[in-house]
Amino acid sequence: MSYALQVTSLSYAYQKHNVLEGISLQLQKGRFYALLGPNGAGKSTLFSLLSQLLSTNTGDISINAYPIRTAPRKALASMGIVFQQTTLDTDLTVRQNLQYHASLHGLNAKQAKDNIARELNRFNLEHKQNAKIRALNGGHRRRVEIARALLHDPAVLLLDEASVGLDMPTRDSINEHIRYLCKERGITVLSSTHLVDEVQRDDHLILLHAGKILLDAPCESALSARGVSDVKTLYRQLIQGETP
Amino acid sequence: MKYWAAFSGIVIRELRRFWHQKARLVSALVRPLLWLVVFAAGFRAALGIAIIPPYSTYITYDVYIVPGLAGIILLFNGMQSSLSMVYDREMGSMKVLLTSPLPRPFLLVSKLVAGALISLLQVYAFFVLAWLFGIEMSLLGYLYAAPVLFLTAIMLGALGLVLSSFIRQLENFAGVMNFVVFPMFFLSSALYPLWKLKESNTFLYYVAQYNPFTHGVELIRFALYEQANGMAFVITSLTAIVFCGAAIYGYDPKRGMYNRKAGR
Repeated sequence: MSYALQVTSLSYAYQKHNVLEGISLQLQKGRFYALLGPNGAGKSTLFSLLSQLLSTNTGDISINAYPIRTAPRKALASMGIVFQQTTLDTDLTVRQNLQYHASLHGLNAKQAKDNIARELNRFNLEHKQNAKIRALNGGHRRRVEIARALLHDPAVLLLDEASVGLDMPTRDSINEHIRYLCKERGITVLSSTHLVDEVQRDDHLILLHAGKILLDAPCESALSARGVSDVKTLYRQLIQGETP
Repeated sequence: MKYWAAFSGIVIRELRRFWHQKARLVSALVRPLLWLVVFAAGFRAALGIAIIPPYSTYITYDVYIVPGLAGIILLFNGMQSSLSMVYDREMGSMKVLLTSPLPRPFLLVSKLVAGALISLLQVYAFFVLAWLFGIEMSLLGYLYAAPVLFLTAIMLGALGLVLSSFIRQLENFAGVMNFVVFPMFFLSSALYPLWKLKESNTFLYYVAQYNPFTHGVELIRFALYEQANGMAFVITSLTAIVFCGAAIYGYDPKRGMYNRKAGR
């Protein structure tokens, strides 16, 4: 079976400190995966390895069936990434930022124009397209970043704490929209967060703690198996079980 | 086709950024203009320039320093690009470039070319101002200078890229000014011919001889007078290739400094 994203025995150490220890993941196509873990769990390191900003010799990664060791560019082309830190060019407008991203993914002028119009419409950003990024609020900036990540029709969307720093209504609205996109476009979403209340019962939950995966299961079935009613309790149980 | 789309996208983005940062053009021109108008006026009488190639007659000091000042614009713009790379990395926007599904060397070279084109715009704006102050070259000289200005800009931009892969924080950039830019500038033929330097200090003369910026400046100087300087061309080209290779190495996630830096 081919997975949208497959990670096998992946390890990474910063100097002598192990950040990820032999983690394995298999993400199916068209599903939403919530990667939950406290700060320092290794979520951003995992995302940096997936996006090839970091590299390791221990373990393997395949995106959309393209191993990053042998087909790194095809793997990158199959992926849209929203980083934790905003990566928009604040001196440029919304449209100019999207154009830049389209060109970096090799979209020709017509493709770029069509896809930009589609994403601006989808994220209700048409009226902001000529506004400079620095004039936008945090919620709109995040929308632009997600629109940008979807511009080249990726099979996998990585969201690294994409809702950090946003107010509750904006956060909810963006999370809802992502889940809708996941169903509508059949893309696989891996969304990392340290906020328990962002995980929904129908998500697939991956719990990362101190570089190890403590749980990798549909949230609903994990709750039933542990006999708990909410994610917060489940999270506490699992984390406390690991904390000496 | 996709390579062309990416290349043009990177160039357009850099031009747009440059357009939005008009103060950058002004500051890039003020520095050489101060040298030309104030410094050269002061030293005009004190420093007579003998007949040395490519000049066929005695020239005044302000005429002598114009190629060097063009070199300064390229040098500072190369460092400015390096500064913006460090800024982009700190702000995160570098990740957008580095996660593009195109070969990283191609992306870095495209960025270098974009920076070099912006440098060229600034140098020609300076030539216009110098012309207004009465320092004029032939039209052919201005034309011949374009490719060598571009080559020198690539060499200095690549040096900036190498430095940006070493520098961890923007705050460390002051060190680059003190330990790279100023020594490169003052230990070159930009402000005085090397034979003058040799008269006062042989050691500094040899240091200046090995400074690639000296050869970039001489290449520009000869081209502005419609002449070729083979040695300067070879040294500038080889240095550009070495710096480009080092920059590509520096941004390679498997081997370079970017990975080690991220690991700290």
